[in-house]
Amino acid sequence: MSNARPSADDRKFRIGTGIFAAVVLLIVIGIGVELTRQSLLSIQKFGMSFWKGTTWDPVAGEFGALPFIWGTLYSGLLALLLSTPIALGIAIYVSELSPRLLRQPLTYLTELLAAIPSIVYGLWGVFVLVPIVRKIELWTPDVLRKTPLFKGPPLGVGMLAAALILAVMVIPFSSSVAREILKNVPAAQREAAYALGATRWEAIKVAMGYGKTGIIGAVMLGFGRALGETMAVTMVIGNSPQVSASLFAPQYTMAAVIANEFTEAADELYLHALIEIGLLLFVITIIVNIVSRLLIWSMKKRVVRRVPVAPVAEAQPA
Amino acid sequence: MTITMDPLRSERPARPQEKAMTTSTASKISVRDFNFYYGPSKVLHGITLDVPAQQVTALIGPSGCGKSTFIRSINRMNDIIPDAHGEGLIEIDGKNVYAPDTDTVELRRSVGMVFQKSNPFPKSIFDNIAYGLRIGGMRNKRELNELVEKSLVRAALWDEVKDRLHGPAMALSGGQQQRLCIARALAVNPEILLMDEPASALDPIATTKIEELIYELKDRYTIVIVTHNMQQAARVSDRTAFFMLGKLVEYGETRDIFMNPKEKITEDYVTGRFG
Amino acid sequence: MTSNARRRKIISRIAETCCALAVLIALVPLVMIFFYVIKEGFGSLNLAFFTNTPKPVGEVGGGMANAIVGTLILIGLAALFAVPVGVICGVHLSEYPDSRFSAIVRFAADVLNGVPSIVVGIFAYGLVVLPVKRFSAIAGGVALGFLMLPIVVRSTEELLRLVPSGLREGALALGATRSRAVFTVIIPAALPGILTGILVALARVAGETAPLLFTSFNNQFWSTNIAQPIASLTVQVFTYAISPYDDWHRQAWAGAFLLVMIILTLSIVARLAVRRLERMNRP
Repeated sequence: MSNARPSADDRKFRIGTGIFAAVVLLIVIGIGVELTRQSLLSIQKFGMSFWKGTTWDPVAGEFGALPFIWGTLYSGLLALLLSTPIALGIAIYVSELSPRLLRQPLTYLTELLAAIPSIVYGLWGVFVLVPIVRKIELWTPDVLRKTPLFKGPPLGVGMLAAALILAVMVIPFSSSVAREILKNVPAAQREAAYALGATRWEAIKVAMGYGKTGIIGAVMLGFGRALGETMAVTMVIGNSPQVSASLFAPQYTMAAVIANEFTEAADELYLHALIEIGLLLFVITIIVNIVSRLLIWSMKKRVVRRVPVAPVAEAQPA
Repeated sequence: MTITMDPLRSERPARPQEKAMTTSTASKISVRDFNFYYGPSKVLHGITLDVPAQQVTALIGPSGCGKSTFIRSINRMNDIIPDAHGEGLIEIDGKNVYAPDTDTVELRRSVGMVFQKSNPFPKSIFDNIAYGLRIGGMRNKRELNELVEKSLVRAALWDEVKDRLHGPAMALSGGQQQRLCIARALAVNPEILLMDEPASALDPIATTKIEELIYELKDRYTIVIVTHNMQQAARVSDRTAFFMLGKLVEYGETRDIFMNPKEKITEDYVTGRFG
Repeated sequence: MTSNARRRKIISRIAETCCALAVLIALVPLVMIFFYVIKEGFGSLNLAFFTNTPKPVGEVGGGMANAIVGTLILIGLAALFAVPVGVICGVHLSEYPDSRFSAIVRFAADVLNGVPSIVVGIFAYGLVVLPVKRFSAIAGGVALGFLMLPIVVRSTEELLRLVPSGLREGALALGATRSRAVFTVIIPAALPGILTGILVALARVAGETAPLLFTSFNNQFWSTNIAQPIASLTVQVFTYAISPYDDWHRQAWAGAFLLVMIILTLSIVARLAVRRLERMNRP
């Protein structure tokens, strides 16, 4: 199909298209470079204490970014905790349990969750979810209220609302990747389990065990999404830079503070501080993304190597 | 060990329409007029045969003749395929496998199965063998160790893996993996062992090992083996059933089927004229 | 043994039910969101919404005409940037799938796909807003273009790979150069799929808000000048939603409804267009 020696046209074609391809690469590198460049003032002035400080008071010139890291990671982890069982449940149901007719519609419905823009989630969050969360907070028994997890006035906005909305937003991502992985587990694995007298759930557990690496990757992918979510979070989290374990407390995330304060940043140092937060967000999400893709990729490699042979091929009409 | 023959078979060749109502008392598996459907298409037509206990029965026939479907019907593995269903009688020790109140989980524990391509779980050798025992509720470490060792010994694999029981099962060679799968099936102490072309993916040396193993195992277990390799069937089995296009054409002692077949089609097949 | 089997079967049933429940639980917010968006949004739609620009608080009859146009302009600009770059990049990746350069580019596209949209916004800010010290639609379009890029690249590459090699061989055998073969035979053959990829990417960026907050910013007045700040549905909905005024809240819902409709339409058109073009290409 290809010539032994590339012609001049071939070379021009390769270089020409290669330039466009390089643009993608340049953009990614560019983001890293530009973000670093635009946060130098803050990096140089504060160094590591930027990340350890808990007071964020731009007016007084104090830039402690720890509350944002805390808020981002805490909300992300809570979202993970809430969404993973549901995402996996959906993946299992759609790929193993549901009647064939329901498969397409259910898949489509879960993808619909991913198509709703963040701002619409936020709108719904502010006007529908937050009042509900507030009611939940009001009904929390006093004995729980004394624990650090449930301390604080029942405002409605806060970590709980943010975690809930993030969980919903993350479900379709983890779920669709997990579903793909389950689909690719060789039928022979489940058959081996059934042949040993396994129940349906036990056979499913075997399939999940086989796809363990990829499923963890799928869950991490969702986590990465949650970390970068901006609009829905900022509308329901309360936007208060404090480090608190309480679900009821209003908190702040890295993405949210950038969204809210970027255009208000009066001086360059303030802007650079915000961009430095953006830089960390960039780095964290890249790392989470890379790790999760590596896990999923290593899973796919293993499956491709062992080509499944299902004896169903024996069926021939008489 | 007396070999019981279907009383009607000695008078004329087995025909799929035979509706013999008496089941031989010494046969482990009795099949009467069994049909199987994938959706609307009928793939097994009125299969009738008796599998004697503690012998090796081979199922031979050209590709697509239904032998795999038939063997998978015995332990109802076909149930997991949507739109597939069987009708007729398959009795194991006198109990109908297709009765509506059959516990398929229990059934599959008592009927072990080994597949064409070995399918060990991505766990350790030990955990593979122990799987069936653990889901059965066995927790005692000593019991597990004993039974795992016993199964591996019976599957002629113990010597090769005894030093790496907790190493990955996937690191074993193809032949070893298949013997592992046999050990895994034996661990739950089935009485019947179904083998669907167990050596077809293996090299000649590994195949020989499997065949020797089958010969040793038949003292304890009733074995039904599907094979497309006629020499293997001749070497290994006591009885042979020849399937074609979903029908049982001829069934009898292996010696007779190969040396003195009653049907012309059988003769054509075993002499290699087709298939 | 049988009681153990019974217990395991019960556990299996319970677990299977839980999975079905998970599906239902996930559907609850979906249904709720659609319900509220339709209930609150559709009812607040009126002619003024589509034809008027925002009015100060207290005055009735404000609308989002400028925001609707703004969103269309922004995604148009995004496509202008992302489609040529993305498609040709996809071409390169599919023509030279095993080169190390392609592997790196593919990896970069995946990384870019996972970068939070607000970070991409900061990048566009530094690139376009800072040098001229002004917010503009162009800056917003660039930010959205960056976000579209990985989707277009990936879908183009996958679709071009699916084109049967017989097509390429036929063109080359007739004496076509590689670039000719690709652009005149292979891309047209994959066009339905490439278009779908573009429409899907458009649907995704039409709903973006965060990167626009400091690139295209916002504009209370009617403007189609791409060198100036421009309104967009998403930013407008955000601004109104966090305000304390009921009338603006109602308009926010209306805006959200319109936004969801636009996105759904793009997705449906994508699916239909594919089917239609496929039918045309394969007799």
